[in-house]
Amino acid sequence: MSPAALCRLALRVLELVGVLFIASIGVFSLVVLMPGDPAVDILGAGRAPAEYAALRTELGLDEPLVTRYLDWLGGALTGDLGRSVVPPQSDVMDRVLSALPVSLEIAALGLLIALLIAVPLAMWSAYREGSAADRIIGAGTFGVLSVPSFLAGLLLILVLVNSAGWFPRSEWVRIGDGDLLGNLHHAFLPALTVALAELAMFTRVLRGDLIVTLREDYILAARAKGMGPLRILFTDALRPSSFSLVTLLGLSLGRLIGSTVVVEYLFSLPGMGTLIVNAAGQGDYPMVQGAVLTIAVIYVVINAGIDLSYGYLDPRTRRVHV
Amino acid sequence: MSDIAPRTRTAFPPPLLTAVTLTVAGLVLLVFGATTPQLVTPAKAAVALLGLGMLLAGASRLGKLWAGPGFDVVFWFGAGWLLLLGLAILCAPWLPLAEDRDVASTVAAPVFATPTFTGTHPLGTNAFGLDLLARSLYGARSSLLISLSAVALGTVVGGAIGMVAGYFQKSVDRAVGIATNSLLAVPPLILLIALATVLQPHLRNVAFSLALLTIPGMVRLARATTMAYANREFVVAARAMGATRSRILLRELLPNVLLPVLSLAVVMISVLIVAEASLSFLGLGIQPPEPTWGNMIAEGEGQVFEDHPHIVLVPGAFLFLTVFAFNIVGEKARGRWDSRSVKL
Repeated sequence: MSPAALCRLALRVLELVGVLFIASIGVFSLVVLMPGDPAVDILGAGRAPAEYAALRTELGLDEPLVTRYLDWLGGALTGDLGRSVVPPQSDVMDRVLSALPVSLEIAALGLLIALLIAVPLAMWSAYREGSAADRIIGAGTFGVLSVPSFLAGLLLILVLVNSAGWFPRSEWVRIGDGDLLGNLHHAFLPALTVALAELAMFTRVLRGDLIVTLREDYILAARAKGMGPLRILFTDALRPSSFSLVTLLGLSLGRLIGSTVVVEYLFSLPGMGTLIVNAAGQGDYPMVQGAVLTIAVIYVVINAGIDLSYGYLDPRTRRVHV
Repeated sequence: MSDIAPRTRTAFPPPLLTAVTLTVAGLVLLVFGATTPQLVTPAKAAVALLGLGMLLAGASRLGKLWAGPGFDVVFWFGAGWLLLLGLAILCAPWLPLAEDRDVASTVAAPVFATPTFTGTHPLGTNAFGLDLLARSLYGARSSLLISLSAVALGTVVGGAIGMVAGYFQKSVDRAVGIATNSLLAVPPLILLIALATVLQPHLRNVAFSLALLTIPGMVRLARATTMAYANREFVVAARAMGATRSRILLRELLPNVLLPVLSLAVVMISVLIVAEASLSFLGLGIQPPEPTWGNMIAEGEGQVFEDHPHIVLVPGAFLFLTVFAFNIVGEKARGRWDSRSVKL
């Protein structure tokens, strides 16, 4: 790596840390917005004032906000996100660590399914631009984009679980149990639900870019040399057309996380979504703070990684100065 | 050489006849599929969908014959749905609707009545005998009220911040950039859930949280558009003639920034409707006696949905059609007013 590239990378990391720092202040200040007294929430009403005061001291609620924030941030940096205020007052980090793999699996599997379906669909659509198939794919993807993920999930359950009985509902087999096939069987339907909206978006964007690429001279040259459509599409057209798709991948990550949360809740999977929704419903603010901070860190780091991958995909962007 | 000779083809069957036949047949199939109680649900859905497809194809041909080849039937279908829904919401208090939220008054009403499209409960009833049509319409009212006010707030605030950042640049721009990036560091739905943890689920609080979601996108678009116009001749001329900064922003730049920002606002409406519905579905939005599409769909979770699919399908159809209509209208508006070059 050249010194300029290293410098750029360092700047990027610095910016990332700054953004995360401000976001952590935002996440922490949820407590300030919180109505009522956490001590009363935990112990219930009607105890002696001394008991509330003791708990407040124990939780550190008497300290000034800045001290509490620094304590919390310091704990977060060393892997301690505090304890839940709802019984059983479990360790937030433990809960997050046990929920995270489920969410990551659903999201990654969803993304994989979306790409596996979207790339061939987009190729077919772009290669036969204007044909009946192209128009049907266009209309279908536009329609799918208007279906919220929880509605799509419920419809899939209606058709594939209740009517056809192909998939089990609402149990979960952990990957660690060694039953990989059982795990995939349970994860497929949630992942498919997550994939639907993404694949519609991917197909539309990739189709648009492929149509532009297919008009280039070098594609004409390849065709003139007698290469088949599949070879042209996969080896010549796909990589130059995937630039917008990668940008979109970053933009759609937020939506992907959102639909993963909803879908986990719908299929009652023990992931981050169920964790955060239940905690939010109970006003369990340390749990919500910990989970939101974890998600924000992952989200920001992946987005930065996607930014950096442009250089690999499109050499033209490598020499742009910041 | 016969290939080259111009082929004249008399249109048979005549296009008008095909169009009318398709429209009428589609309408008949749609009504038949929707109102025949003897059929099982998948068959009903299939017949109704086929009818809808034929209706759209027929209406498209009719429209093209009448208004030329640029006629977009789906756009008019979406616009028509929005108009119909808007009218129904405005007139809801005077429409002969059955009870929508007071459980005590529906003791005598049928429970889990299936949609028949006729009678007192055209779209059926839920577990408490509450009318689904009335609930869907009042749900539409809160859903649209929340989304529209959130988009309006987000557009005004975000647009103003973006224009200021784009015009003054330098340190103002940098500060705004850091603030928007930090707001974007938390995925939208997660931000909503986090806010729902601490805020009471009133209409106003939900609208405020949703407005917060629209601000970063608006800021970026308004900033990019302002920057694209800030050094154009007419702005330089205005500055040379001694126009104040606020005059340049309001009279020279705002008219140019307005249309792209407004077209993004239309697209945002559908995003916010989905976000609000998701929040209600998760039980963190507007709370149950007050109907919203999200909490109506949540009623059908589990066994209920298996036995009575219409509990989910009725509000689901309202939600889908509305989001679809806003998407279509937004897409049209964006294609017309938002040049891709300024999108950063």
